[in-house]
Amino acid sequence: MSGTTIAPERVEAPQKGWAGQSVPRKEDKRLVEGEGVFVDDIKRHGMGYIFFVRSPYAHAHITSIDVSKAEAIDGVFGTLTGEEVAALTDPFFQLATPPGAHLKDYALAVGKVRYVGEAVVAVVAETRELARDASELVEVEYEPLAAVTDARRAQDGDTPVLHDDSGSNLMWEGIYEWGDLDAAFAEADRVVKIKELHFHRFNSTPLETDGALVEFNRGTGQWTIHTNNQFPGFAAIMMGPAMRCGLDKLRFVTQDIGGGFGNKITSHPQLVACCLLARKLKRAVQWTEWRTDFHLSMSHGNERWFHDTEVAVKEDGTLLGFRTKALDDAGAWLRYEPLGGVIWAQVTPGMYKWRHIRLEFTQVATNKAPCSPNRGYSRMQHLWFTERVIDIVAHELGLDPVEVRKRNYVRAEDMPYETPNGCVYDSGDYAQMLDIALDLIDWNGVDVRRAEVESRGKLLGIGIGSTLDSGTNNFGQSRMINPELQFSGNNEVATVKLDIFGEIVVTLGTTPQGQGHETTAAQIVADILKCSPDDVHVRAGHDSYWNSHAGFSGTYASQFAVTGLSAVKGATDMLAAEIKKLASAIFGGAPVEALELAEGGVRIKDNPEAFLPFMACGAIINANNAGLPEDLGVTLNCRYVYRPPFQVPDVERKFGNLTLTYAAQIHAAIVEIDPETGHYEIVDYAAVDDCGKRINPQIVEGQVMGATAQAIGAAMYEVFEYDEEGNLLTPNFYDYHVPHALDMPPLRTGSIESPSPFTPLGTKGMGEGGGAGIHAVCAAIQDALRGHGDAIVYDSFNPYHRVWEMLEHPERARALVEVSTT
Amino acid sequence: MANGAAAASSSWTITVRINDAVYEREVEARKLLIHFVRDDLDLTGSHIGCDTGNCGACSMIVDGVLVKSCMLLAVQADGTTIETVEGLAAGGELTTLQQAFSDHHALQCGYCTPGMLMSATALLRTNSDPSDAEIKKALQGNICRCTGYWNIFEAVKAAAGSGA
Repeated sequence: MSGTTIAPERVEAPQKGWAGQSVPRKEDKRLVEGEGVFVDDIKRHGMGYIFFVRSPYAHAHITSIDVSKAEAIDGVFGTLTGEEVAALTDPFFQLATPPGAHLKDYALAVGKVRYVGEAVVAVVAETRELARDASELVEVEYEPLAAVTDARRAQDGDTPVLHDDSGSNLMWEGIYEWGDLDAAFAEADRVVKIKELHFHRFNSTPLETDGALVEFNRGTGQWTIHTNNQFPGFAAIMMGPAMRCGLDKLRFVTQDIGGGFGNKITSHPQLVACCLLARKLKRAVQWTEWRTDFHLSMSHGNERWFHDTEVAVKEDGTLLGFRTKALDDAGAWLRYEPLGGVIWAQVTPGMYKWRHIRLEFTQVATNKAPCSPNRGYSRMQHLWFTERVIDIVAHELGLDPVEVRKRNYVRAEDMPYETPNGCVYDSGDYAQMLDIALDLIDWNGVDVRRAEVESRGKLLGIGIGSTLDSGTNNFGQSRMINPELQFSGNNEVATVKLDIFGEIVVTLGTTPQGQGHETTAAQIVADILKCSPDDVHVRAGHDSYWNSHAGFSGTYASQFAVTGLSAVKGATDMLAAEIKKLASAIFGGAPVEALELAEGGVRIKDNPEAFLPFMACGAIINANNAGLPEDLGVTLNCRYVYRPPFQVPDVERKFGNLTLTYAAQIHAAIVEIDPETGHYEIVDYAAVDDCGKRINPQIVEGQVMGATAQAIGAAMYEVFEYDEEGNLLTPNFYDYHVPHALDMPPLRTGSIESPSPFTPLGTKGMGEGGGAGIHAVCAAIQDALRGHGDAIVYDSFNPYHRVWEMLEHPERARALVEVSTT
Repeated sequence: MANGAAAASSSWTITVRINDAVYEREVEARKLLIHFVRDDLDLTGSHIGCDTGNCGACSMIVDGVLVKSCMLLAVQADGTTIETVEGLAAGGELTTLQQAFSDHHALQCGYCTPGMLMSATALLRTNSDPSDAEIKKALQGNICRCTGYWNIFEAVKAAAGSGA
């Protein structure tokens, strides 16, 4: 990695252009000086602080609410109850078909609470301490009900129902089937059956919790919502109809966001409460989640079971297909769900060539926090499943997991590859990536190493996780959930202009949370306008009053390098053409083909005298334009909407291209286990990434590292665990352990670049990483247990006690798997 | 008035020196130092990532000692001299450590960064040549969710090596 600097002196333009260079980040200076502006940093005169009174019960009727004692306190500005919310707003639009479509979801609980931590009343006071104190004086009477905490029991006859409106706890179900399952199983030499696999509940716990500062302009009826919501386009379409207002009344503004990872997409209920309070109390209101509020209520990752899996395999390890039943625990509300019921299908076969696949998807409600996107959203669960299947098949048939992978990977020469469900893997060379990963981790030397470790009384295991990071959604896939939905395609916006003194100003529709958009956008602009990224001012954050956003604007789902940067490229190409058009007029009709951009201006090639600096261009158009040709058609303020080339999927067949690009990751981990205790340590780790053309390799590597760390945390430490009554047992960073500096293993990274043939810059979206680390750690543990009871790893979460249990009682895990010969 | 609110009405006048400016303010006895610095003094560089002393985003140096400012009441800081992230590049020049964080891509969202910088600054003041284990131990009280710590470690190591 090349050294970088943020010193103010100008960096020399590289020979091959700025794209591909690890240009120092524009964002860094303000952030290392503590001068970033995060949402909780914003203040307004006389503002009130919001604290939410939350349910102590997982499931209960609300019989009465009395806010009078809280409101009587000096310094308390007011309150908001569910009853008021139900009168002032309509329920949020539901994405699901019935029965999920019938849910009546509001900003605050109305009549009933459905999980511990559900917001019941909002209290606003002049300090955050007073708001919290006053909330204790709000009297809420409950009539507790039995709770549903195990999704597997949610549809049993005697199980309480969360939502009377939907009639049962079933939220959505759908059957996906492609190929010819009967033929595949008839052709198989062996069938591997796996009774149950479980992917656990966790999320990325961004260090900054959700928040907003909301102002209401009574004259215009318009709200300004300073927030860290990472998908304002989605928030707006949820909030506008609920609040009975046009979307232009909702102005979203962000600057710096302290991590998102998908967890900041569904804060729309809280934002509605803020808006209602700002209007009701006639003052700016501020809401910042406390850490425990976040853990209790915000965007848990989807917990998922895979039942009755059957895998059709040939004797030589060729995989023909599988069938399985996925059961997804949505928690108490469908805030982004049931989209998880289709998002997984972006990576239906994983990296493998099997053509015959059936998956019955069922999503149920439980008395837990609502699930919403979390880094790797829904694909991570499915890829964990496919990787588990590969390693369990290899384990049971006595095959080498490396060989099984190589035999079944989609090959580089098959790209672009159409999957059984119509997705198109754009490019890649998975086998080559695997070789690099194995080399980085010294796979060939593992037997020597294993013997050395065993001589110390420990067990050594090595595992691979191979995943895809599908990016740039075709929102048409939502129609597979609900054919009535009128979403399809995708879009993102950028504007690029030359200001009056020649300043190059860029606005984006995105809401970055550390991905360095200001920097990479400037690299793209600088290459086109032949200047330095230092000359390009990219406005920080998002403002929906900049007119640089569209319906899908935001930062989520691995897409900026495609959607965002393609929009930047499009707008800059337009600006470059306009600059030449203007220069042509100024230079007396010189043909535009004779013009070139260089050194901060436009000139006639081979004529150093004919040079018009950007400053002159900006000044002429903006302030000195008399006498210009009437039909010039130049504004030097260019807006471009990038729209990926998508078709609406075939809803009947559940077939179509669901994402534009497929970045790939191959991770490998080596673990050492103490068989006496189950304690284990990752002693070596390698991560190999391919995200097509890298605009800024250092930023890409940073994303790879971050995704790796989160996966390791999820595999070993992180879980939102509930007791039978529905109490969250991990509501803070004491109980919910995230990795610390001392927890991190040695890491080696590698990369290849397989440019996407489908994107303007050859880039692919990246950053989520597909949870490869979870898969690799599971595989490594299973490998270590080989010959020591031969347990299969059946859960994505493997704390030490579970490893101990697999060693002590391997028969329990063994009972989950069976091989039959056909 | 209820008990909680009644207790809250007790307030004291305190004086603190922060990054070479002196602040005298009346402050509620129960107010945390981090809330005092952020809400009352508008020094928002120090952040809050938890409420339990786990994350270290609020780390400051109080009378030369690294502390998590959510674990102190503001009144306990009366009479102290406090250093926060805003004071590091006091002369407009980034410190070697701040520069190293950028050079090594040791920050992404930047939310944990102020606390990381204060922890690492405290380390390098007392130990100009820390071992790898000492660096990791010094960062152990600070949570980062973006980077996986590898690049933060590299940045601190580089800053130490350059004699910061």
